[in-house]
Amino acid sequence: MKATVSFVLNGKPVTVESPRDRMLVWALRDELGLTGTKVGCEAGLCGACTVLVDGEAMPSCSTALGEVAGKSVLTIEGLAVEGKLNPVQEAFKEHHAFQCGYCTSGMIMAAWAFLKKKPKATRSEIVEAMEGNLCRCGAHVRILDAVESAGKAMGGAR
Amino acid sequence: MRRRDFLESVAAGTLTFFFTTPLGSAPIIPTRPGAYPEDFNAYLKIAADGRVTCMVGKVELGQGAMTVLAMLVAEELELDPAKVDMVLGDTDLCPWDMPTGGSLTMWHTAPVLRGAAAEARAVLLRMASRAMGAPVSDLVLKDGAIWMKSAPTRRTTFGELVQGRKLERHLGKVKPKPLADCTVIGRRVPRKDALAKVTGAAKYAGDLRLPGTLHACILRPPAQGQTLVSADTSAAERVPGVRIVRDGSLLAVLHPQPDTARKALALVKGTFEGPEPDVDDARIYQYLVDKAAPGQRVVISRGDVAVGEKRAATVVEAEYRNAYESHATLEPHVSVAQWEGGRMTVWSSTQSPFVFRDAVAEALKLPGDKVHVIAQFVGGGFGGKLAGPDAVEAARIARQVPGVPIQVAWNREEDFFLDGYRPAAVVKLRSGLDAGRGAITFWDSTVAGVSQGEAELAYEMQTSRYQAPTVSSLHPLKVGAWRAPNAHTNAFARESQLDALAAKAGLDPVTLRRRLITDARLLNLLDLAVETFGWEPAPGPTGRGIGLACGAWRQGLVVAIAQVSVDKATGAVKTERFLEAVDVGLVVNPDGARQQVEGAITQCIGQALSEEIRFKGGRILDKNFDTYLLPRFSAIPRIQVVFADTGTSVTQGIGEPPVVPVAAALANAVFDATGARVTHVPFTPKRVLEALKQVPAK
Ligand code: FES
Ligand code: FES
Repeated sequence: MKATVSFVLNGKPVTVESPRDRMLVWALRDELGLTGTKVGCEAGLCGACTVLVDGEAMPSCSTALGEVAGKSVLTIEGLAVEGKLNPVQEAFKEHHAFQCGYCTSGMIMAAWAFLKKKPKATRSEIVEAMEGNLCRCGAHVRILDAVESAGKAMGGAR
Repeated sequence: MRRRDFLESVAAGTLTFFFTTPLGSAPIIPTRPGAYPEDFNAYLKIAADGRVTCMVGKVELGQGAMTVLAMLVAEELELDPAKVDMVLGDTDLCPWDMPTGGSLTMWHTAPVLRGAAAEARAVLLRMASRAMGAPVSDLVLKDGAIWMKSAPTRRTTFGELVQGRKLERHLGKVKPKPLADCTVIGRRVPRKDALAKVTGAAKYAGDLRLPGTLHACILRPPAQGQTLVSADTSAAERVPGVRIVRDGSLLAVLHPQPDTARKALALVKGTFEGPEPDVDDARIYQYLVDKAAPGQRVVISRGDVAVGEKRAATVVEAEYRNAYESHATLEPHVSVAQWEGGRMTVWSSTQSPFVFRDAVAEALKLPGDKVHVIAQFVGGGFGGKLAGPDAVEAARIARQVPGVPIQVAWNREEDFFLDGYRPAAVVKLRSGLDAGRGAITFWDSTVAGVSQGEAELAYEMQTSRYQAPTVSSLHPLKVGAWRAPNAHTNAFARESQLDALAAKAGLDPVTLRRRLITDARLLNLLDLAVETFGWEPAPGPTGRGIGLACGAWRQGLVVAIAQVSVDKATGAVKTERFLEAVDVGLVVNPDGARQQVEGAITQCIGQALSEEIRFKGGRILDKNFDTYLLPRFSAIPRIQVVFADTGTSVTQGIGEPPVVPVAAALANAVFDATGARVTHVPFTPKRVLEALKQVPAK
């Protein structure tokens, strides 16, 4: 059933006409034109589609539009502020923490959601936080290094 | 290169490493193709504002082609690599090239591009010399400008000299700068794709969103090899906005929304026909051996194996296996096609734009110049995106809806179902060591499922026999090239076997290899690996869980050392530490090369421990990442990478070599930890437990 769903996207209010059970990722990519969020499995298994909903990392492939009504959604496109990269983006860029880059948006979003709560995380806490995100190219070691250094840059030096 | 020529070159063996055929021949070192244009203008454009654009038929798969190729141009033209704009994989704009695979970019394309840039530099200097009335020896070229040493205020720029025109002058072969003068090669350079990839701005084929795009979801048979007989589309057609397109046995449901197209497809009822092979993932090994048996022939033979066996004091006989493995790129296959003005444009996630172009042209019976393939950022390849079935599907559908962009994006289940897997394989080895424990007296190898490609390494084996089947259609499932095809299967068998021989003879595995290695480069690399890791010689199993293996891809050499812990109760293997020492000649982009090695180690931990396609007949049972297990963060060890300092030797590619010895090193580490020899890749907990049961009680 067509419905109107309103939420805040990357700081700005948006309204989409779509069934409430439509998955958020399709609305983001198709209706709203934000293709930085990727699709890898459509089943909550790979993390490529990770976005933040009210600050929590969520797989947008398995999150219905109805669930985000009235909430705040943050995607990779909303991270940099006035052209200045977010600390996690900056660290991924510096460490070359990607190869093909297809997992990267999801990795950065998952890391950001985690570090905001816990910038002083240990390496094993970071591993645990990132466990739901797959990378086929094997950029894992650099991703962990990048998340660790982003945490430090955010004032979480241990 | 037209399709016919392409196929001819395949037949001639020049491309055999891309398409793993179960034929018995070892991969032939490809001759350099003659199809690269001589005119450097094909690769380089200098705009009126002086900006340099480089066009190459390779693509950016994540391996860093965009950055390393820009480095080569920047080196010769004395620019910051950031100032070289790269156009990759556009069949209209870029000169023909082979697929991006087989570690060919640095080996084939790089010297051509470097030569083109060197010639362009020489031409620019001559033009400046004429314009300024100064000898070339008095000119300095830097950052897009040229000035006189004797009068530094007298300067001109690339833009002024060229004025947006094509460079007409040619000087033939010009030598690139000597290595000692290089300032870009060998330096850490920021990846050119970094900003786009960390901001989500990087466009992959599925991100295009051309106005009016229809998303096409295709009806698939339940089993590989089956075709559509009839279909009832009435329920799907009742979904508003749905359109059905049929072209022979291809049936697609089109809709402006990808998810709606997918849901409508579920309403289509199809009947299919076609035989299903009577085999599954458990019986596949015997199936391959039986099917290969009548066609086995000797492909390499030295000395008399029977005589060699009589001289052996220690004999080991074993059968090594590996399962079908998927490429499982995180980005599934995706192409967008549009038929307009008598021309088909296809935007693809592709490793081989020119192969895709020819495949589309052939399928649609169009001349090659009526097809334009444009590669986008590719979300991983690994040999899985060489052929273009998705591009052909999109083009066939697009041909029927003129003007409308058609996107075919496989979902994960389709990607597993339609992939051309790393072939399952069986390698039977029987070999012996002399009483002095310094010589292999015989080595007898028979494969089924792969070729004997890269089966040999620089080990002294005077008496050896290698057999491989001539039968070409051995596999019940579709197979393809999976990063370093054949080589990882054969290295797993060979290096496990050497380890087993060493253990049986009570010899340290490194000591045995030192006695056998005949090549100075490999010996140096072994020393480098062993020293960096801190290997302490001892016959296995030592209980430390450390294993070593060597491998090669063409002239690229790798020595890998793994350290594992094994949970004897569950059979789970945890990789604690992994080191690779790599010799690929001159390393142009050290950080990029390191990334390739780190990635290969990580990826192959999955290959070794968990990745396996399960199937029954033509039905693929793995449909998503819940059962097909890629390594996650908790599986990643501490990784160390060291490069041999090989001075100026020819640059080999680095995509393949670091893949080759990973599973073997891990298997040898499992043996060292437990005394159990795992011979079946992946060595899942269940297989490790089975191997543990075979260990004789002390
Ligand atoms: S696409 Fe959403 S978790 Fe994989
Ligand atoms: S960089 Fe390719 S999947 Fe992570």
